[in-house]
Amino acid sequence: MAQRSKAIVINEKDNVATAIVPLKEGTTVTVDFQGRKEKVKLRSPIPMGHKFALQEIPLGSDVIKYGEPIGRTTAPIARGEHVHVHNVISHRGRKEAP
Amino acid sequence: MEFQGYRRPNGKVGTRNTVLVIPSVVCSQGAAEAMTRNLKGTVYLPNVFGCAQVGADREQTKRTLVGFGANPNVFSVLVVGNGCENLPAKEIAEAIVPSGKRVEWIEIQEVGGTKKTVAQGKKILREMLADAAKEKREPLPVGELILGTECGGSDYTSGLASNPAVGEASDLLVRAGGTVILSETTELIGAEHLLAKRARTPEIGKKVLDLIAWWENEAIKTGQDIRGANPAPGNIAGGITTIEEKSLGCIYKGGTTTLEEVISYAHPPTQRGLVLMDTPGHDIDQLTGMMAGGCQIAVFTTGRGTPTGSPIAPVIKITGNALTAKKMRDNIDVDVSAILKGKETVKEAGKRIFDEIIAVASGKLTKAEKLGQRDFCIFKIGLNF
Repeated sequence: MAQRSKAIVINEKDNVATAIVPLKEGTTVTVDFQGRKEKVKLRSPIPMGHKFALQEIPLGSDVIKYGEPIGRTTAPIARGEHVHVHNVISHRGRKEAP
Repeated sequence: MEFQGYRRPNGKVGTRNTVLVIPSVVCSQGAAEAMTRNLKGTVYLPNVFGCAQVGADREQTKRTLVGFGANPNVFSVLVVGNGCENLPAKEIAEAIVPSGKRVEWIEIQEVGGTKKTVAQGKKILREMLADAAKEKREPLPVGELILGTECGGSDYTSGLASNPAVGEASDLLVRAGGTVILSETTELIGAEHLLAKRARTPEIGKKVLDLIAWWENEAIKTGQDIRGANPAPGNIAGGITTIEEKSLGCIYKGGTTTLEEVISYAHPPTQRGLVLMDTPGHDIDQLTGMMAGGCQIAVFTTGRGTPTGSPIAPVIKITGNALTAKKMRDNIDVDVSAILKGKETVKEAGKRIFDEIIAVASGKLTKAEKLGQRDFCIFKIGLNF
């Protein structure tokens, strides 16, 4: 079987990929996305298992993984940037900020 | 398809043949521990409740203890009380009797102190062990198994590898006529719409949505961000950002079959196939609830690694994280990290898990059993008064 990509996109609706190895800032990663090979240059280091953006995600929009929203952005996220608790907040299980 | 198990007087099937000591109250836990010490084949429940409880809270503690006694993995039961608790040993013992097994009860105040109670308990346990030794495993239908599913110490590999592989195994068991329990209701927040769509009837689907709404509202009522507890700090370090992300990875464990029923905590399923038990995300609370509901074996996926086991049932630990499989090899039973390396498909790993379930149900010991890991924790829903 062919060598797997260093990052996985689970669903074609997703706007994030998951790194399956630690990835350095500035690396260009090839991911299988919507049936094509997409090259994404990383703007931050991505720890193993963490996510990076496949496209620009504007402030306040949905982050999509498994084809479903997993939260919304609290800051604009650039393509190739680390997507995690510092720039994403859950839609659920908490009071909306006033 | 068959496994080698024990047929009980009420027709249910067991994967283990344990003699169980149930302290009806925390005060008799010491005596229960002492009488099972060095008595191979016996085990006691580290129960810390059983007194000063009222209403639904008392009922839930009782139902859980009775459920453990009635579980078909248990051959016979000794209930040990102190004597003045409001959940008396006799009441618990009598509720286990309908399962058809031998049930005895003793009280420390009645017998006259700990030493005498331990001596009398040991005498009863030795008799029970002698009878238990006469039981033989026989070929039994796999369809009579109730499999508990759980994930704990999750990381990114849980949603990408181990949970989808367990989902395959769940589908194989359901197709063989068996029952699979999906639980940890809080870890369905954000994925409930997907599960509700798979419900047998619109009513069952609505139950799923209502349950999740209740838990979410409880979280909101605390005024806190649920992220303080769920995802846990380890989940976040492992790459999980929100409860929705954790939940979407979590529901893979239930496979793809129809959701047949929603049951409350520590209640036995009344349908075969996939059922949802309402439990917290807390690993041991939910494991305890499923065992009390009659589950005879469980699969537990973990990314970060966890030692969890149960006093009465085997818990098969599965990881999709290669580092964890190596670092915590004395806790992990099945390594499915080849999925992320592209060396094994989810389907192949699922079949391997299913085969392990049959082997363990037939007597193969899990790592948690070898380590004597016997976690027990009742989901408490009220104050002690």
